[in-house]
Amino acid sequence: MNINLTLFAQMITFAVFVGFCMKYIWPPIVNALAERKAKISEGLAAAERGHQEKALGEQRALELLKDAKASAAEVVTQAQKRATDIIEEAKVDARSEGDRLVAAAQAEIERETNRAREELREKVALLAMAAAEKILQKEIDVRTHRSIVDDFAKQL
Amino acid sequence: MASSETLTSQEYIQHHLTNLTLGWHPEHGLQFAHDSADAAQMGFWAINVDTMFFSILLGSLFIWFFKGVAERVTAGVPGAAQNFVEWIVDFVEENVRGSFSGKNPMVAPLALTIFVWVFLMNLMDLIPVDLIPHLFAQLMAVFGADPHHVYLKVVPTTDPNATFGMALAVFFMVLYYSIKMKGVGGFLGELTLQPFGKWGMPANLILEGISLLSKPVSLALRLFGNLYAGEMIFILIALLYGGGVVLATTAGVLQFVWAVFHILIITLQAFIFMVLTIVYLDMAHQEHH
Repeated sequence: MNINLTLFAQMITFAVFVGFCMKYIWPPIVNALAERKAKISEGLAAAERGHQEKALGEQRALELLKDAKASAAEVVTQAQKRATDIIEEAKVDARSEGDRLVAAAQAEIERETNRAREELREKVALLAMAAAEKILQKEIDVRTHRSIVDDFAKQL
Repeated sequence: MASSETLTSQEYIQHHLTNLTLGWHPEHGLQFAHDSADAAQMGFWAINVDTMFFSILLGSLFIWFFKGVAERVTAGVPGAAQNFVEWIVDFVEENVRGSFSGKNPMVAPLALTIFVWVFLMNLMDLIPVDLIPHLFAQLMAVFGADPHHVYLKVVPTTDPNATFGMALAVFFMVLYYSIKMKGVGGFLGELTLQPFGKWGMPANLILEGISLLSKPVSLALRLFGNLYAGEMIFILIALLYGGGVVLATTAGVLQFVWAVFHILIITLQAFIFMVLTIVYLDMAHQEHH
């Protein structure tokens, strides 16, 4: 248990170990620890950011959905309005076409009636003439009584 | 206990407390000391080979293991060894951060080295007291040495040379940083101008000087005393093994109980040495304490 040279040898040994530890052991380990710490906090921040972005995205999706629903409803309304319009238009067209056809038919009927009446009138005049000719063959000269007969025929 | 059959208890204890000393004997020249009287005659110019061997071996073990981890260190998922090393490094760093307010990249590695190295040296105390010395004596006997004069102390921290070596190194660092941080004048002022002001200079110097010198002494003696006493108790318990079945059984139980208790002591002493080193260096870095 004497104090001897071992004292200084131990001091040197100690200094060497401390120096070695300081140069080669401590820095890499502490750096790795710091790096891991940074990584973890970074990861946590990223997770937090992701969380916020997700909430934001959900909000946006909800808004988009609402917009889409609104525009779809508008489209449907417009389509319905347009359909009604088309139907109305068609009704109006059909009615006017019908009126036109009816008018044409009536005109045709009128014309036909007039024509038939004219024909009839002529035929009746002829028949009357013939009958009158036959009745008055002897008394009436066609040439002299012509104007009378014509008047009569006109009144018919 | 093989060797104690021919030794008295006193001789046995003495044998266990003697270092393997290599030195220059005034009469016989360079040789290993045959007994403590021989070692005493060698005076200062001798070296305790066992202390040096085991302390360097354990320090190298520390360096090798930690260096291995430091080379493969990753910021990702750590392996088992790295996890263990990180646990210790974290523990040391936390202590340094808590006690050391200055900025000095040397303090934390210093604290780590002290903690692990002192712990490992203390740990040698848990190896049964006779195991390594006995094997070593038998080995030396093969080379023709007298086994009763082959000494070996396996716990370097029971050698005051080792504890004072560390404590003095710490002390020199305290002096160095005191002067570096405060200047020669500041350091001398700290020694002489308080607590009584400039008119009480001699009294201040005595008080502060004692307080300064007590640091390495208390640091070294605390560790040495605890481990020396622990070692002594292990030796005393080991003496009981020679006293028949009942005593041997008692000794077995005692040794176990003391070893378990000693686990606490060796860790605590390593921790105290580290913390006090940090605190002393912190005081050296501060303007006022």
